[in-house]
Amino acid sequence: MSNTANAEMLTTQDGKPLKAALSRALFREKMRSLMLIAPLLIFVLLTFVAPIVDMLWRSVENKIVSDTLPETVVVLQEWDPATGEAPDEAAYEALYNDLKIAVAEKTHTRLGSRLNYEKSGISSLFRKTGRRIKRMDEAGPFKEQFLEADGKWGDVEVWQVLKQLSPRFTGGYFLNAVDAEQTPEGIQMKPDEDRIYLFLFGRTLFLSIMITISCLLLGYPIAFLLASLPLRSSNLLMILVLLPFWTSLLVRTSAWKVLLQQQGVINDFLVWIGLISDANRLVMINNQTGTIIAMTHILLPFMILPLYSVMKTISPSYVRAAKSLGANDWIAFWRVYFPQSVPGIGAGAVLVFILSIGYYITPELVGGTSGIFISNRIAYHISSSLNWGLAAALGTLLLVAVLVLFVVYDKIVGIDNVKLG
Amino acid sequence: MAKTRGAAVHYDSVQKSYDGVSLVVKNLNLDIPPGEFLTMLGPSGSGKTTCLMMLAGFEPATHGEIYLNERPINNVPPHKRGIGMVFQNYALFPHMTVAENLAFPLQVRNVGKAEQQEKVKRALEMVELGSFGNRRPAQLSGGQQQRVAVARALVFDPELVLMDEPLGALDKQLREQMQYEIKHIHENLGVTVVYVTHDQTEALTMSDRVAVFNDGVIQQLSTPDDLYEDPQNSFVAQFIGENNKLNGKVVDIQGEECLVELDDGTKLKADKVNVSEVGDRTTLSLRPERVEFDTHDQMDNLVNGQIEELIYLGDHIRVRMNVAGNDEFIVKVRNRGEKRKLTVGETVPVGWALNDCKALDAVV
Amino acid sequence: MKLKTVILAGTALAFAGHTALAADMTLVSWGGAYQASQKNAYTDPYVAQNPDVTVIWDESSPEAVAKLRAMNEAGNITWDLVDVEAADSIRLCDEGLAMEIDPDTDLADAPDGTKASEDFGDMLVSECFIPQIVFSTTFGYRTDMVPDGVEPPTSACDVFDLEKYPGKRALNKQPIANMEWALLCDGVAYEDVYTTLETEEGVARALAKLDTIKDETIWWSASAEPVQLLADGEIFMGSAYNGRLFSLIEEQKQPVGMAWDWQMFDLDGWVIPAGLPEDRLEAVKKFVHFATDTQRLADQAKYISYGPARKSSAPLVGKHATLGIDMAPHMPTDPNNAKNTFVNNYNWWADYRDDLDAQFQAWLAK
Repeated sequence: MSNTANAEMLTTQDGKPLKAALSRALFREKMRSLMLIAPLLIFVLLTFVAPIVDMLWRSVENKIVSDTLPETVVVLQEWDPATGEAPDEAAYEALYNDLKIAVAEKTHTRLGSRLNYEKSGISSLFRKTGRRIKRMDEAGPFKEQFLEADGKWGDVEVWQVLKQLSPRFTGGYFLNAVDAEQTPEGIQMKPDEDRIYLFLFGRTLFLSIMITISCLLLGYPIAFLLASLPLRSSNLLMILVLLPFWTSLLVRTSAWKVLLQQQGVINDFLVWIGLISDANRLVMINNQTGTIIAMTHILLPFMILPLYSVMKTISPSYVRAAKSLGANDWIAFWRVYFPQSVPGIGAGAVLVFILSIGYYITPELVGGTSGIFISNRIAYHISSSLNWGLAAALGTLLLVAVLVLFVVYDKIVGIDNVKLG
Repeated sequence: MAKTRGAAVHYDSVQKSYDGVSLVVKNLNLDIPPGEFLTMLGPSGSGKTTCLMMLAGFEPATHGEIYLNERPINNVPPHKRGIGMVFQNYALFPHMTVAENLAFPLQVRNVGKAEQQEKVKRALEMVELGSFGNRRPAQLSGGQQQRVAVARALVFDPELVLMDEPLGALDKQLREQMQYEIKHIHENLGVTVVYVTHDQTEALTMSDRVAVFNDGVIQQLSTPDDLYEDPQNSFVAQFIGENNKLNGKVVDIQGEECLVELDDGTKLKADKVNVSEVGDRTTLSLRPERVEFDTHDQMDNLVNGQIEELIYLGDHIRVRMNVAGNDEFIVKVRNRGEKRKLTVGETVPVGWALNDCKALDAVV
Repeated sequence: MKLKTVILAGTALAFAGHTALAADMTLVSWGGAYQASQKNAYTDPYVAQNPDVTVIWDESSPEAVAKLRAMNEAGNITWDLVDVEAADSIRLCDEGLAMEIDPDTDLADAPDGTKASEDFGDMLVSECFIPQIVFSTTFGYRTDMVPDGVEPPTSACDVFDLEKYPGKRALNKQPIANMEWALLCDGVAYEDVYTTLETEEGVARALAKLDTIKDETIWWSASAEPVQLLADGEIFMGSAYNGRLFSLIEEQKQPVGMAWDWQMFDLDGWVIPAGLPEDRLEAVKKFVHFATDTQRLADQAKYISYGPARKSSAPLVGKHATLGIDMAPHMPTDPNNAKNTFVNNYNWWADYRDDLDAQFQAWLAK
């Protein structure tokens, strides 16, 4: 108590409070550090944080409906889909006014494809109506004219989708990403045959764990060997370990095809030595086995390198000490060497797991249908269906899953127990 | 005391080569009786650590056999030898607490829980670290870690304990303190200790016997005082303690005495230790504290020397002189508050007894 | 003073560089033999006539849709002309990423004076689409793996006949074409296929039909895959683009035959990215006018076995430029090959693709 009181009274020689002087001196130091990391900080903000924020934003953003059909959205607030009847003339008039502008700006088809994610057919409905809108009678009545253009405008469901997506933000992408949907009765799971994402999330996690485990099983002995060999031989072995890094991903993956397919090298060899018959060639590719084999090969260096750098720091005298204390080889390894290599395992496992969870090229090429990841669907929605909102929601969930696993990992292993060397 | 529960060690014609070209250990024969504190002393690369590692079982002998209590142990793996070992950098397991480190050898021997705790407690008390059981090695000071390492090597009651330069990482004061502690533990327990060091003071302070290694060969094996007083060759004379070298030629031999003519013509009498016949080149070895300024005619050897430098060291004065052409000739004078003052540049007679001057093999 | 000169000179150079770049024209295509045929038939003659134009090829067509959207959002369109499949052109048009064209003013008339809109006819599937070729997804099979005493397959429906033709199959990893084949071969009449697919029962029926061969099927996503699988003898029969099969059979001389019946016609063509600056737009329109005239489209068929999208080009199709084979019989549109065909209903797929793709992928994954 009295100590702190004294400390508060301390001043510099010219009478300024010591604490203020200290923090001023430290502030300059801090600013200098900030300046030093500024280039990297800006780089990371621009290339890493900004895209992630953008992704999070896209996964809920939905202003296209209210921007394209502002009047309709307002009118539809009054309409209750539970009545089971299409809205009245006012809504059609508003729709006409909105669409006229939208067609002039050519934004109606874009809205059509957005709404088509929710209900098939709306895309062509908007395209078709867009062509007809110029010929409609400005005096109305509009409901009739719209129904004449396309009978779907009398469909309650179409209006319901419109109303449902009126807000500027939507949870719809996230619902979709967990195989759920918004129905008039509330949020429900989709019918069984339409569910895919949760299943794929599960499989992605399962396969990533399998890949991590097989990387660990294969990488641990190699890293151990690397760490215990004299420098010259270990350098040579290290080059072999790094070799996969230096070949293109596609070349490696194609090489696995040549090796693993049913008419491939391994099957040919097994048939030749008579281990399997020609009719029972093994299926090792275009399934989960293929994905695990190819991905393990690609990611193995990411396991070996952190393991190696940690093992390199474990002095051989620990194992000697354990043996001199009466431990046999196994106990010396398991109770003394292994616990000290755990930080390397942690770092390697985290690296491999996170890399594999986001991989999609290799699973696409060798995974067939049972070995593909959630990332393949994300890639599909980014590059093919252009449903970036759904892709963003899936990506966000993947990010959340990784973060949750990270926290769990921290609880179990401890994040300070991760060491790269 | 004298609870001789130590083991006997016997090296029989042991040779060791790492590369198949040169020998690191050349035909080692060594007997260590139960309960002895034996130090292997030598410069680095002399083969002392290799000898220790062969005994521990971490290096196989290329030839020969090592016996532990008359049992050959070449084919016994290290963990079955029952030898305690203290490593240079302690090798305390960083992921275990101090108590867990100590319990480790007991656990692998399936000692009961209660007994484990009892033994760990006793071992910790022995090294005066009773309250440190729950700490991690990284939380201890160097000296404390050292004590834990010693305790761990002893906790399972081995008959033989090996120590590989265990005090190398400590500062001088701590090192001296630990020397006494280890010596006392040895005396109390009566185990056989084989201790490797390159520090001669450590070797002299602690050991019953010292084996001086050089070039893969034991140069001399004897008690610390014999080692100092009666070096058997020039290497030992120089490696142990301070030593003045005077090179010359044997001109006469009378029984255990010989007459040596130095290169500048001075003739000196010396104890014939490592020369065989007249005409041999020899190096005379003379301890600096055995040279006297208070000369009298009855002295075996008397020569004049010129004082080159005086260094005041409190309890004694170091005098560097030029004697018989050797200007590195050191004399230690006890500080007794002498009335006579030595001055630099002065030429004075110095003298010493025949027995203090050993005629050894010649060094160039 | 000196520094200022240097800076000014540098700026001037930069501007000069910029104007030089304006003469560059970046065309996006699929690479490989197809892009080579476009180079031979379109750009080489065009550059010969207009030496100031430099053509830059970008093999990004597989990612064109996503990249165009990204460019559009960034407001920096670096492409001038993009080769896409008809279905993608509809999507790009709907999203406002491709520019609408007027066929009669932007495209050349046929030599006999027929307007482009009539000469291309039904091929103009979207307001933004400039058709080039008709290709088909059809089936290739290993002739050496046909069981003894069995007629070789002739139709897409043979892919479902595991008893007659045992062995692995390969199909495209997407619902388009597969769903139609499944219904057609399950007995649904040609004209009812799409209306059936609009119903849940219809989708279930198509998937049930595909279920019968699911275990025997390798699903491909890159168009080179089925050809490689056929060449390696990994599969007995598989769907592939007819041009790929042509080169496998005629150029690589593999023991592979084609089952043309119920081939699925598809279109490939250009789109002009929306939002090009005036000068570049003018340059690319000039090129498109040249590259899609009757002769140019007919010329392309010398290098690859895809049919020209203009009616007036068909009579001009000649022999393969290097193999010397008469190309007409290898065209998907040849009467011998086109006994039973069906045409991808793009507008229908534009509506149902999202939904059916989700269901199809869910079915595949399980």
